[in-house]
Parts: sequence; structure tokens; C-alpha cells
Amino acid sequence: MFISMFNAVESGVIFAIMALGVYLSFRILDFPDLTVDGSFVTGAAVSALMIVNGMPTGVAILGALLAGFLAGSMTGLLNTKGKVNPLLSGILMMTALYSINLRIMGQSNIPLLNQETFFTQLRTIFDSLGINQFFDQGLAALGVENLPATYSALIIMLVVTFLIKFVTDYFLKTEIGLALRAIGDNEQMIRSFSANTDHLKVLGLGVSNGLVALAGGLYAQFTGFSDLNMGIGMIVIGLASVIIGESVVGTKTIGRTTLAVIVGAVIYRIVITLAIRSDFLDNGDTKLITALLVVLALVVPKVVETTKESNRKRKKRQILNQQVRRGA
Amino acid sequence: MLKIEDLSITFNEGTPDEKKALQHIQLELKPGDFVTVIGSNGAGKSTLMNMISGALFPDVGIVEINGQNVTTLKEHKRAKKIGRVFQDPMAGTSPKMTIEENLAIAYARNKTRMLKPGANKKRRVLFKEELNRLHLGLENRLSAKVGLLSGGERQALSLLMATFTQPDILLLDEHTAALDPSRAELITSLTGEIVKETNLTTLMVTHNMQQALDLGNRLIMMDKGQIILDIDGAKKQALTIEKLLQEFKRIRGTDMDNDRAILG
Repeated sequence: MFISMFNAVESGVIFAIMALGVYLSFRILDFPDLTVDGSFVTGAAVSALMIVNGMPTGVAILGALLAGFLAGSMTGLLNTKGKVNPLLSGILMMTALYSINLRIMGQSNIPLLNQETFFTQLRTIFDSLGINQFFDQGLAALGVENLPATYSALIIMLVVTFLIKFVTDYFLKTEIGLALRAIGDNEQMIRSFSANTDHLKVLGLGVSNGLVALAGGLYAQFTGFSDLNMGIGMIVIGLASVIIGESVVGTKTIGRTTLAVIVGAVIYRIVITLAIRSDFLDNGDTKLITALLVVLALVVPKVVETTKESNRKRKKRQILNQQVRRGA
Repeated sequence: MLKIEDLSITFNEGTPDEKKALQHIQLELKPGDFVTVIGSNGAGKSTLMNMISGALFPDVGIVEINGQNVTTLKEHKRAKKIGRVFQDPMAGTSPKMTIEENLAIAYARNKTRMLKPGANKKRRVLFKEELNRLHLGLENRLSAKVGLLSGGERQALSLLMATFTQPDILLLDEHTAALDPSRAELITSLTGEIVKETNLTTLMVTHNMQQALDLGNRLIMMDKGQIILDIDGAKKQALTIEKLLQEFKRIRGTDMDNDRAILG
């Protein structure tokens, strides 16, 4: 139990980077960008290919980021210069990326099991510093039996993900970031304040898919393979993370919302893991559970809000009625 | 400051719906001119505005701002020189962003947007000073989301955002038409104050004849895509609504057919 929860949080933190990318397109630009299903794999493919070819793991991760940025920019160009509808531009790009990803990998799957990845390197460092042993002893003292293989992935990914979060927060408050946010909110207005909305959309979608591909590249190194089909349904997972997080943590400020997205991504992983572990659900049911989760996250806050409001009104009515009676 | 030469556009040309929205418009605004534009529905007032701002491009004709020919310049590039307030109070601001962030967007209008924070200490002081001019207490609510403000407050903020970076031209497109009378009054007087203080060259479209008479140093009347009346200086001071209607009848030979314009 502990170990599967641990793994859920581990991958949740990696997926949080993807969810931050989805947040940028879906919420900030108000652009439902389906490129994500393709660009996640592009990131994984590029990073796997570079590692197999002996490049440093850090370079492989940056390569993934860049490839994703290019893919997102293409979607942006389709939409702004080609005047193609946002959903359709994403679908077209996602379809094209499927073939491009196969071309990049040359085969439908690249295993990295015997390769040095970012995460095997981290593990070695953590082992040599004795950090893993330290946590092992701590957890063993608490009575946990099955111990994780390493804590390095979780700890470093937390650092990386939060670093990305803080950079995103800063970015969204810069002059360019403010203009980006205005696009999703009031496009006519930001154009009347001399912003080139076409360029900004291309940039925004580029950054968004850059983050998605970065997550793909990290995930490939984390799981030890890149697979042509690993991106299927990724956009829905991203949306689920954003929506769940927002309803749990709230959206009062930008910093709070990006935190919400990260929390949402981790919650999503935990719920899916719990669901699959139950006796009557299996792997094939994850899509259904995902859909249900999103529905819950959308509906429950509304119901809570209306119940609160009607309670408030009922109380108010009672008080007023009493006053009227007393007056009479 | 603004020069329009022989500007014409026809919509749906060659179809039964053909409409000559603007016909050979000639107009020149001197620096500091405050021109009010009146006319019935379909007279071409909004088309003229959109042509100046770059939302529409003319079939023929030239638009010059501050000596530069901007006829083919795209809307967002032209926007560096033009401040605009729209009729819809929701149109000029971004509701999900704070007052401060909206002002920061407006502040960056005539600059190249960079990766530095939109609002810093120095700018915040400036924003507060500017908000102070609205007398609405908004200077104490810098971090309030603009979506929470009333229509009047939002329109006042839009007006401030359009003007405080000193654009070459200020375009006001019936910016009080969607507000209730008391709020409209407030925005009208704020407009008068701000334009006077900043000495902006202003073009204001309005349906409200009284407002067109009260504000500005020059008045033009449009009908069927043409400028049919252009009055300035002392003559404008002496104008009344009755005189305007008589003038319209004298020129066009019919009564002005728009109750909203008369009563508004």
C-alpha cells in the first residue's frame, strides 16, 4: 500500500509539469489544445533517442522541451496565421505528431532499461550521500515494511516541479505574461493595447507544449522507455488535474492556481492508483474513473455553493419573518 | 494630428445588401481638438472609428496620425498611438485580472513588452496617483479583480487606461451609452476633465446630442456615410439641440429619423 502510494505521488509530481502546460493553454489562453497527446510523446521520443545516442541526460531533457515548443508553435501558427479553429488545429497537429514521433523513434518503442538516465544518476548520487539509507531507516522505524527503491526521484522532481511553478508564476506577472493572460480573458482589449495577439498565442502554445514535452521526456527516463502510444488521453489527464486542483485548492491568485494544478495532478494519480487496487476495477477502467473525477470536480463545488446560498436565504427569511411578526 | 483623406468603404459590394458605409470622408484634427460626432444609426460613425483604429481597412483613402500614414498599419501596431474606450463597459478591461494588472497592461501600450514584472513599486505609485483622479476610491483596491467592479467603475477604469499613457489620438465610441444616467453623467464629466488636463486630441461618437454639445470644441454630424455638418469654436458654443435638428432638416430636407438621438 505505502509503496504504491509513494509511486503514485512520484509520477504525479512529474505529470504536474504536464498539467501546468495544459493550464497555460486551457486556462490562460482559453485554448483547448489537443496537441498535448502528441507533444508528450514527442518529448519522450526525443529524450529517449538522445539518450540512446549517448547524449547527457540533461541535454536530452532540454531537447524534449525544445521539440515540444516547436510542436506547440506549429499549432499556434495553424490557428493564428492559417485561421484554423483552435480545436481543429490541435487535432491536426496531434495527428501529424503521431507519424512524426514514429519517425523520431524509428520504432514504436525505445527501451532505456540499460541506459543511464537522469533518474539512475540521481539514485547513484543519493546512494553515495547516504540519503536513501537515511530515509529507509526513518520509515523502517515507523513500521513501514516495503521500502521504496529510492527517494531521489520524488525529492528532485518536487524541487524541479516547484521551480517550474515559481518561474511560471513570475512569467505570468511580467509584461508579456500579463498580455498572455489578457488574451484568454478579453482579446479585443489586449489588441487595443498594442499587443500582437498572434505572436503571443504562438509563444503561449509553444511554452505550454514545451512543458508537456518536458514532462514526457522526464517520464520516459523515469519509467525507462518511450512508447508511441504513451500520450493517449494525456490531455484529459491534464484537464482533470487542472479542474480537480482548482476545486480543491482554489484560484484566488496565480500562485495559488499553479499550486492547485500540481496538487490536482498528484490527487489524480492517487485516486487512480486506489481505484485500480480495488477488487472490482482494473486498468481498463481508468478512463471512466478519470471522466467521473472531472465530473465530480465540476459538479460538487456548484452543489455546495447552491446549498450554502439557499441555506443563507432560508435563515434570512426566518429572521425577517420573526421581525415582521414582532412588529405586528 | 489626425488627417483623413477621401476615405470610402462599401460593404457587400455587388449584392442587394450593398451599403456605402463611408463616402469620401475628409477630416482633419489639430492637436488638442476635441471633436464630438453625432448621427443616426447607420450614419457611419462606428465605421469611421474602426477605420481610424485599424479594425477595418478602407477601400480607398488615407489615414494619417501625427504625420505618419497608417492606412495599412495593423490594429495592434496602430494601438501604440491610439487610446480607445468602447461602448460596452466590459470590453475595455480584463475581468479576471486585478486593477493593478489591468493598468500594467495599459502602461505597456507604447513600449515593447518584456520579461520584467508588469507592476513594480514605482509603477504602483503612478497607478495610485492616476486612480486618484477618478475619485472612486479604486486607488485602495489595486489587488481587486476588475470583474468585481460595477459597470460605471469599469468604464472609468477603461477611460483612465486609454488615456494615461498619452496616446496621439483618443477614440471614444459611445462610451457612456450602456450606463445608467447618473453613471453616464460621471463618465461624461470625467471625460471632460481628463481630456482637458491631458490636452488629448479626441474623437467622441455619441448618440446623446446634449453630451455632444456640452463636450469638446468642435462638432461634426454624419449621415449616410458622409460628414454633413462641421461646426467649431464660438458657433458650436451657441448651438442647441433645436438648432441642430433644424440644420439637419435644412441640409437633408427631412426630419432626423432617430428618437434615440433626439431624446438620448
